[in-house]
Amino acid sequence: MAKGHSFLSHRLHSLLGLFPIGLFLLFHLTANYQATRGPEAFNTAAGLIENVPFLLVVEFVFIYIPILFHAVYGLYIAFQAKQNVGNFGYFRNQLFLWQRLTGIITLIFIVWHVWETRIPKAMGAEVNFDMMANILSNPVMIVFYAIGIISTTFHFSNGIWSFLVHWGITVGPRSQRIATYFTMVVFVIVTFIGLRAMSAFIV
Amino acid sequence: MAEKLIHLIITRQDSPDSTPYKEEFKIPYRPNMNVIGALMEIQRNPVNAQGQKTAPVNWESNCLEEVCGACSMVINGKPRQACSALIDKLEQPIRLEPMSTFPVQRDLSIDRSRMFDALKRVKAWVPIDGTHDLGPGPRMPEVERQWAYELSKCMTCGVCLEACPNVNSKSDFIGPFAISQVRLFNQHPTGMMNKHERLEALMDDGGIADCGNSQNCVQACPKGIPLTTSIAHMNKETIKHGLKKFFFS
Ligand code: HEM
Ligand code: SF4
Ligand code: FES
Repeated sequence: MAKGHSFLSHRLHSLLGLFPIGLFLLFHLTANYQATRGPEAFNTAAGLIENVPFLLVVEFVFIYIPILFHAVYGLYIAFQAKQNVGNFGYFRNQLFLWQRLTGIITLIFIVWHVWETRIPKAMGAEVNFDMMANILSNPVMIVFYAIGIISTTFHFSNGIWSFLVHWGITVGPRSQRIATYFTMVVFVIVTFIGLRAMSAFIV
Repeated sequence: MAEKLIHLIITRQDSPDSTPYKEEFKIPYRPNMNVIGALMEIQRNPVNAQGQKTAPVNWESNCLEEVCGACSMVINGKPRQACSALIDKLEQPIRLEPMSTFPVQRDLSIDRSRMFDALKRVKAWVPIDGTHDLGPGPRMPEVERQWAYELSKCMTCGVCLEACPNVNSKSDFIGPFAISQVRLFNQHPTGMMNKHERLEALMDDGGIADCGNSQNCVQACPKGIPLTTSIAHMNKETIKHGLKKFFFS
């Protein structure tokens, strides 16, 4: 990493994790949730996205490039730590470890997921309900997607907690504890939306 | 009746570059001993558990009342001060290891230079040297003095660095204590006059951004210093400083 830019890079990494990546995640899972109301509802939602002007530019600027930076710098951060939950089994240290583990799992999942959906699209296939139903007709894929979704929602929820500390929003122990409860609730809700959406594609 | 013994397993190292090894000791029990007392017993009679004569175990200590920070070592897996670690309260065998986050000099003594370098980097002092009398400094409000006093208890013992997963050979993170010291000196009425220099130092490589919020430091600190509160507070201050610099200068 370039000398003297560590502060800026860390804060950029932190900011991108929430805006736009975290926002995109919420948007993405809510759109997928439309599938619970049937294939047509999902296809309409997907169609709306397809009609966004300059979609490819929007995707690169707000999704691909931020995730790429967050993932690469995130891996650098993750492998810099020397994990020590064996001697220090405190709650926050466990979550520190899981934030890094889920970052890596999420990266693997995202690469696979993009490979399976966006590459065929670039080759001319249509992204619709059937595409996902087809992927999830394989039980192994159901397990893989479930792990990927839970990993991402955990990383996102606990990331909100971490973000609040990194930006000096939750400073004292009390506000940090309340933020823990808040982010736990976020985790449960977002995970429910994600898994429920996935289950709608299993026919 | 058999004599009551204290069983110690000590991680030893003969020189800074040699490989560490473990040696066991069984020493006579006395009530109310601390770990330093046990080490002194080995010094007096350097014979290991096999009955062989060996080199006495090396360690550092000064105050013997948990205020100098020199005697920190890893006792039964936790970094703490040997002088305040009472044998009667420890599970046996007692495992003693050096705090290997720091370069080991010999046996249990380590080199904490990186901490003193960190304090120099963040200018953890109040500069008042001048050629003429500057007069009395401004007073500090009592409410602030109270928490500042808590932060001033730091004894540079290194326990928070040993506990931190982000302080290791792959990172040059200055450690939790140095960030807390910036908070201390930046709110001192005279120290405040140089607060920007300290903020800039915190924003350099290996500074505050390397904190990953494992929060082990605050659990481990023997002085109960609210390290994570200091860090979050300095997060806010460095962000504010960065934004101000970007937009207004
Ligand atoms: C693609 C692979 C990813 C990797 C390798 C990764 C890695 C990391 C790591 C190591 C951290 C901890 C940073 C720190 O505490 O200093 C982190 C924080 C964070 N990540 Fe990720 N991440 C990835 C994807 C994501 C995704 C998809 C999201 C959004 C859903 C996300 C959102 C966040 C948030 C909000 C934070 C908190 C930032 C902060 O601590 O201030 N990350 N990420
Ligand atoms: S902050 Fe606490 S643990 Fe860290 S060096 Fe100071 S006294 Fe030791
Ligand atoms: S000898 Fe000073 S802290 Fe233990």
